[in-house]
Parts: sequence; C-alpha cells; structure tokens
Amino acid sequence: MSEAKPLHEGLFNWPDPAAGLIGSRCLDCGEHAFPAQSSCRACSGQNTVPANLGSEGTLWTWTIQSFMPKAPYDTDETPETFTPYGVGYIELACGLKVESRLRENTPEQLRIGMPMTMELITVRQNGDGEELLTFQFCAAKESH
Amino acid sequence: MDVAIVGVGLHPFGRTASMSGLEQGAAAVRSALADAGTDFKAMQFAFGGSQDGGNADSLVNLLGLTGLQFTNVANGCATGGSSLNAAYSAIKSGQYDVGLVVGFDKHARGAFNPKPKDWGLDDWYGETGLMLTTQYFGMKIQRYMHDHGISRETLIRVAEKAYRNGSLTPTAWRKTALSWEEIDNAPMVSEPLNKYMFCSPAEGGCALVVCRSDIAHRFHPKPIYLKTAVVRSRNYGSFEVFSPSQPPEVADSPTVTASTAAFELAGVGPSDIDVAQLQDTEVGAEIMHMAENGFCAHGEQEQWLAEGATDINGRLPVNTDGGCLANGEPVGASGLRQVHEICMQLRGDAGERQVAGEPQVGYTHVYGAPGISGVNILTR
Ligand SMILES: [Zn+2]
Repeated sequence: MSEAKPLHEGLFNWPDPAAGLIGSRCLDCGEHAFPAQSSCRACSGQNTVPANLGSEGTLWTWTIQSFMPKAPYDTDETPETFTPYGVGYIELACGLKVESRLRENTPEQLRIGMPMTMELITVRQNGDGEELLTFQFCAAKESH
Repeated sequence: MDVAIVGVGLHPFGRTASMSGLEQGAAAVRSALADAGTDFKAMQFAFGGSQDGGNADSLVNLLGLTGLQFTNVANGCATGGSSLNAAYSAIKSGQYDVGLVVGFDKHARGAFNPKPKDWGLDDWYGETGLMLTTQYFGMKIQRYMHDHGISRETLIRVAEKAYRNGSLTPTAWRKTALSWEEIDNAPMVSEPLNKYMFCSPAEGGCALVVCRSDIAHRFHPKPIYLKTAVVRSRNYGSFEVFSPSQPPEVADSPTVTASTAAFELAGVGPSDIDVAQLQDTEVGAEIMHMAENGFCAHGEQEQWLAEGATDINGRLPVNTDGGCLANGEPVGASGLRQVHEICMQLRGDAGERQVAGEPQVGYTHVYGAPGISGVNILTR
C-alpha cells in the first residue's frame, strides 16, 4: 500500500482523522473559523487559538458538480473518468458551516438537515507515488 | 448639486470577434457622447473598469489624449456600480461639471477561471473542486427554496421572462424566446440550476455621460436624474461565494444594506419604483434579489412570478431588456447596461419593450463577488 499524506497541512487532524477538522476559535468573541485564521472576521481581533471542529454535522445546503472543473482543479481524473460529486455546507456542532465535497452525487441522496460525517479521499498521487488526501463528508450511517 | 445622466451608449453585448474589449468600450463612449450631443474634449473626468479587456484609462489612446482625470475601477461584477458611484460623488461634491462613466469587457468562452491566491485562499480549495461560482449560486438558491417555499417552476418562469424580453431588445445577445420545455429540459449545471438558468461571460461596452443637473438640458432634452448611487460590501455572516466556512448566523447581504440606504437617501420606497433592473447572474439571484431589495417578502416571489408581476406589463417590470440572462455578462460593463436600460425606459425610448404608463422612477441593482452591491435610483 502506498504512503498517504494530507494535500494541505492543517485542515484536519493527521494521522488521526477521526478527530475531524481543525479550525480556530477567537478568544475575544468566541467565533470559529475554518480553515484556522490568525485574525477574527467577526471582531477584527488577533487573539485566536486552534480548535478541533469534529467530524459530524448536518447538511445545510448542497449542489452537484456535474462537469469536470477547469484548472485550478487538479486530480488524476480525465473528462472520461470524471465522476460528478456533491458540494455542500455542513453545519458543525459549534454552529460553523464548512464547505465540503460530498460523496453523494445525486439529488435523491441529498436532503437539507441530514446527518453527515467526515471521511478522507485521495485527490491525486504526487511524483513520489504518495496519495494526497483531502476531507469530504458523506451521509452518516444512522440515516441509512 | 443634483446629478443627471444626459448620454447613454452601448456596444451590443455578446461576441464581436473583430473588436478588442477596448475598442468596444470606445464605441460605447462615442455613442454616449453623440447621444449627449457633445465630444470627448468636453469630458472633465472619467471612471472606467474592465476585468479582462485591458486598463480602462488606455481608452484615451482611442478617444484622445485630453489630459482628463481618468480613474480605473475594479470591483468584479459590481464595477459599473462602483464607477457610477464615484462619478456621482465627483459631480455632487461640485468638483466637476461633466464627465464619463465607462465599462467594457471581453472574456474567454466558458466559466470564469478564478485563482485561489487572488481570493486569499490556499491552492487546496481550487484543486479539490470547490472554486466554482456556479456551485455557490446553486447552493444559495437551494437553501432559499427550502426556507421560503420557492418551486422549480418559479426558476423556469424567470428564465422564460428573460429570453422573452431579450427577444424584444435589439441590442440583446440572446434574442430568441425559449419555451418552458426547452428551459425545463436543458442540461443541469449545478443543482437546481441548468444551462438556461445561468448567464454567460460575454463581450461588450457601455458608457454614460453625467453632469450637473442645472446644465443637463444643454446636452439632452430628456435628462434622467440620478437620485442616489450607493455601494456596500458584505458584513460578517453574509453568505458569499468562495467561502470555505460560514458563521452560524446568516447576516443580511450587502444588497439589503445598499438597498435600504439607497431608499433612505432618495426619500422613496420600494412601492414608488416603476421599473427595476436586478442582478440576475442566474435565475435564483433575480428571485432572491426581489426580496433583498425590499420589493416583496421572502417567499412571495412564488406568487409574483405566477401572476406575471415582473413582466413588462406587470406591476413591477424587472429586467425589461432580458437582464444578464439574455445579454450575457461582460463584467466591467454589466452594471452600466442596467442603468442604460432604465434611462431608455424613463425616456420612453424602449421601443417594443417599453413599460406603459410613462414610468417615473427606476431602480438598478448590481451584485458581485465577493459580496458587493451597488444600487441606483433614477427619475425622469
Ligand atoms: Zn473575534
């Protein structure tokens, strides 16, 4: 099995992805952000700390990406092998809504308010044969 | 000092392979100057913008090196709104008597191709397939339909109206009315929005000559008065494009704040407006913008569209020239086309698409990424 690592450091806990997404929390006003920010969009303060955002939430809205995007999209897919993917915002326990790819990719599979859980997927392989990973959400088992 | 629009000019939107973006902008300026019965040498200032067509102030190479103050404006889809706002202030303050506002563009075919770094985002966001404006538009109207009971039929009705109005507009790009079935069966782009529910990047130019209202009749027998021009950016919590996360509370959009301020400054209310142009990058935008601009309550659009209330002969005609859907969107010029159309309507010069009953008060609303809105209120 080939080696794997995050496409971008600091978006989710690694190598323990079960701990979920990583964001930041403002010590002055309590607002969260994802990805982590050094300054606060809500109060303009600069007093933020890293925060575990977890891996569970509910679907706030969704759409489906039906055609293969142009650059900067960068995967190992070709227009022939491209598979449509869902895109949505997941409302997390802290209230923050995080934009994410969704495993589900048909309207029948997606419903606002459905429970969702995070998983990791391979975006592409790099030159060293390493799998580059990102997060996506999929329907939580309970709703099946 | 009040501000008047005394010349309007349009280089038709769509595709003009033989002309650069700058040439299309210059054509629009010449047309606006002719409409105002004046020439470029009389212009004391200009505000202009283009996203992909070149630097607006390079227009002087085509129009004449007269030494005027020429300021380039860049605010995405709201560039036209910001340019007119700046010209409004230049006249209102007493600094200048007469000047020019111009926007033009020439985009490559297909969807825009934004780069994460330009938006303060890291590469992963684009590489993993989240950097598409079409996704945002789909997700915003999807949630809105869920919250406010808007049906897919209403989306189709907005597209139907746009292409029907386009068929009455000689300068429109899409001049063929589309049937319900054609719209309904078009290929899906981003649920719930299909191909005919989105506007396309295009080419074109638009220009306005603005002046002090007390000298307006020197230029044109039917001046249109710009009562107010307001531009606002987003507040914390507004749901906007290219946002990896959104705060828990959804705040009012910049459209709401710009619209509220514009009505207050102009001393009129939504019910006083006789004809409106609302940003319709896609059909959902027009629907949401009807409520965000204060013309109806959230959810009432369902009934308004069913009744034809926003048709040319309805109680609030919206996007009488077919809007962005039928004209396409050359980003730098798009907001000025809206003002051009309202001027034509208030002058009574809108031909087959003229709103009956001599409309007195018009309204334009432009909206662009990453959350900026411009509202103008105009009277005859
Ligand atoms: Zn804060």
